[in-house]
Amino acid sequence: MGRRTEVFKRAIGGEIVKVLLSHGGGGRETSELLNRLIFSRLPIDLKRTEGGIGIDRPDDGAALKMEEGYVIISIDSYTVKPLFFPGGDIGKLAACGSINDVLMMGGRPIGIVDAVVVEEGLDMSILEKVMSSFLKVVNDENVPLIGGDLKVMPKGDVDSIIVTTACLGITKTPIVDDGIKIGDKIIVSGTIGDHGATIMALQRGIDVKETGLKSDVKALTDLMEPLLKEYGKYIHAARDPTRGGIAMALNDWSKVSGSVIVIYEEKLPIREEVKAYSDMLGVDVLQLANEGLALLAVDSAVADDVVEFMHSLGYEKANVIGEVREGRLKGFVLLKTSIGGFRIVEAPIGSIVPRIC
Amino acid sequence: MLKERIEEYKRGGEKIEALKSLIWRLAEELGHIKIMNFCGTHEWTVVHYGIRSLMPDNVELIAGPGCPVCITPSYAIEKAIELSLEGVKVYTYGDAYRLPSLKPVKGVRSLFEAKASGGKVDVVYSFLDAVKEARNERGEKLFFGIGFETTAPSYALSFCKGIVPEDFYFLSVLRLTPPAADYALSKVGKVSGIIAPGHVSTITGAKPWREIARNHSMPVVISGFEPLDVLISIATILKMIKEGKSGLVIEYRRAVREDGNKLARTYIEKVFEVSDAAWRGIGIIPSSGLELTMKFSEYDAYKRFSIKKPEAKEWVSDLPKGCKCAEITLGLAKPVDCPYYLKSCTPDRPIGPCMVSSEGTCAIWARFGGGGLAEEIAKEVGVA
Repeated sequence: MGRRTEVFKRAIGGEIVKVLLSHGGGGRETSELLNRLIFSRLPIDLKRTEGGIGIDRPDDGAALKMEEGYVIISIDSYTVKPLFFPGGDIGKLAACGSINDVLMMGGRPIGIVDAVVVEEGLDMSILEKVMSSFLKVVNDENVPLIGGDLKVMPKGDVDSIIVTTACLGITKTPIVDDGIKIGDKIIVSGTIGDHGATIMALQRGIDVKETGLKSDVKALTDLMEPLLKEYGKYIHAARDPTRGGIAMALNDWSKVSGSVIVIYEEKLPIREEVKAYSDMLGVDVLQLANEGLALLAVDSAVADDVVEFMHSLGYEKANVIGEVREGRLKGFVLLKTSIGGFRIVEAPIGSIVPRIC
Repeated sequence: MLKERIEEYKRGGEKIEALKSLIWRLAEELGHIKIMNFCGTHEWTVVHYGIRSLMPDNVELIAGPGCPVCITPSYAIEKAIELSLEGVKVYTYGDAYRLPSLKPVKGVRSLFEAKASGGKVDVVYSFLDAVKEARNERGEKLFFGIGFETTAPSYALSFCKGIVPEDFYFLSVLRLTPPAADYALSKVGKVSGIIAPGHVSTITGAKPWREIARNHSMPVVISGFEPLDVLISIATILKMIKEGKSGLVIEYRRAVREDGNKLARTYIEKVFEVSDAAWRGIGIIPSSGLELTMKFSEYDAYKRFSIKKPEAKEWVSDLPKGCKCAEITLGLAKPVDCPYYLKSCTPDRPIGPCMVSSEGTCAIWARFGGGGLAEEIAKEVGVA
């Protein structure tokens, strides 16, 4: 190793010998770690099934090509602290999260499996409450729970409860990020940052009841199924912007499409309490997690119709927030500020919020 | 408090346009105007909201010494690393966690690296949290005491109340902003007006900034941190220049009182005394630091660990060769003038201290496209 490289590696915190919280933050460190541990060590044909989509592309889930159409699968672990929060709990979150990932791949959820790890000594009533919330989503969304696992670890070996879910879906045409095109409009289905702001406030001991903060956690089936049916071919990309928020998702999109995504601060639907709270703590709303929000890149010809359709489905805050543009400088997300200036929206780095989903 | 903030947002929108045109009108007959800010959070507001691009060509906004992390001398970082590796538990704010030292200590250049190499380092949100944790920690402990006037009262109060455990040592790298402002102004020359730090002034009050306004015959406005505050402050400065006035105006009336926070200052004076102090890359600025008084010397890390502070006559720059952090901190250069900026020095991989903290000018510019990058992209894609 040359001296310059040595100096450089030192400057960056060099050979990191311990796993850090930021490695799991869902931001750039996570991407870098996964790339080093996994992506760079597998040949392409072991990163996806033939004709399918796998870990070769950043997205919400994988698509396996079948004789006819595709099977979609997505998996996630949920470790949120606290377990219960206004708007939901870890059970609801775990069920909705994987269902939403399948929906955002253009899939219709057909089955879900779960794996629950519980700490010895946890109040039985807590476990019951969490599983009831989980089953309520299964019932409401009519997605069969087709398998699962439950383990108990000795006290102290795991912190209260971890839920992992995988959801299966089917589709004729999966929606993949690189379908995004210059000229597309960027649409969000509702207010931004509600979940992240709520959990952060709770973790810092703020009384969220007084602030009116509430998580947006919900399954987006009632939005995505009619939307895919009506406008499926015009939806070029879709994301469930959880960890890293829409900042992370839009940065991924701008890079994958070699474009500049411009968003307008005045068009962003943000609850006043979320904005006030995040400004007070110096966190960027765009980086806060959402658990019931769809982020779409839609053909500009139908963008207004799509928004109107979303309103008619009860997603009243749905709005066009920006568009995909072309320029010599590529791979940026640009924001026009409320006062008419510009700034770059960065992909989150560091551990923004530990254990929010 | 939250409700008040929400009301502020509701009021904000309409005033912005009026203010922008006022600024343009005021600047019309003026020559080149250089307005300096002295707080990293002001620079953050300027870049985060794209305020520079809204200014007329002859109004230049420059960043001054407003980031306590950026100016923390390397010897202090090196000592904290060394102690953490020798088994002393070091508590630090997150801002200073990744702050790189000049010289490696056993191959380690930051507290972050020290922790990964087995050093005892914990990141805390407040001094009080550290005090609480330190009570349950065996052996010797150290607090990496960075900060300006705003941070000092929390330290002072804990010492006065006698809640700091006896083997918890305090490494003071506390610095005072008015002396640095004086120093920067003597170096930069031709500054037309100052946006003075709002939070610092809640403690210091208006007096030190009034003296600076008098000594340098210029308008000084103590400003809040919303984009609206900064625009109002800029307009105020321009108006004063146009009318040939100098002096101090408090724009941030909702937080800053004329005499500041006397109680907080009383605590600071009980615990700390003013001393000459090193600013990273810049040198020793007279009467610009705070150190523990004799009464609290049992907590003084400098005494306990025989740490020697550099003296003016032997001072050598403690920045990596070629790094322009000192010039940037003093408003003599911009991040884009540095050969490392966004080349080898990035927020993920900081080389110089200004690229580390969220208040560092380089970090702010790099993260949000300061220095014209955001505007350039906006023009390119046809939205400017």
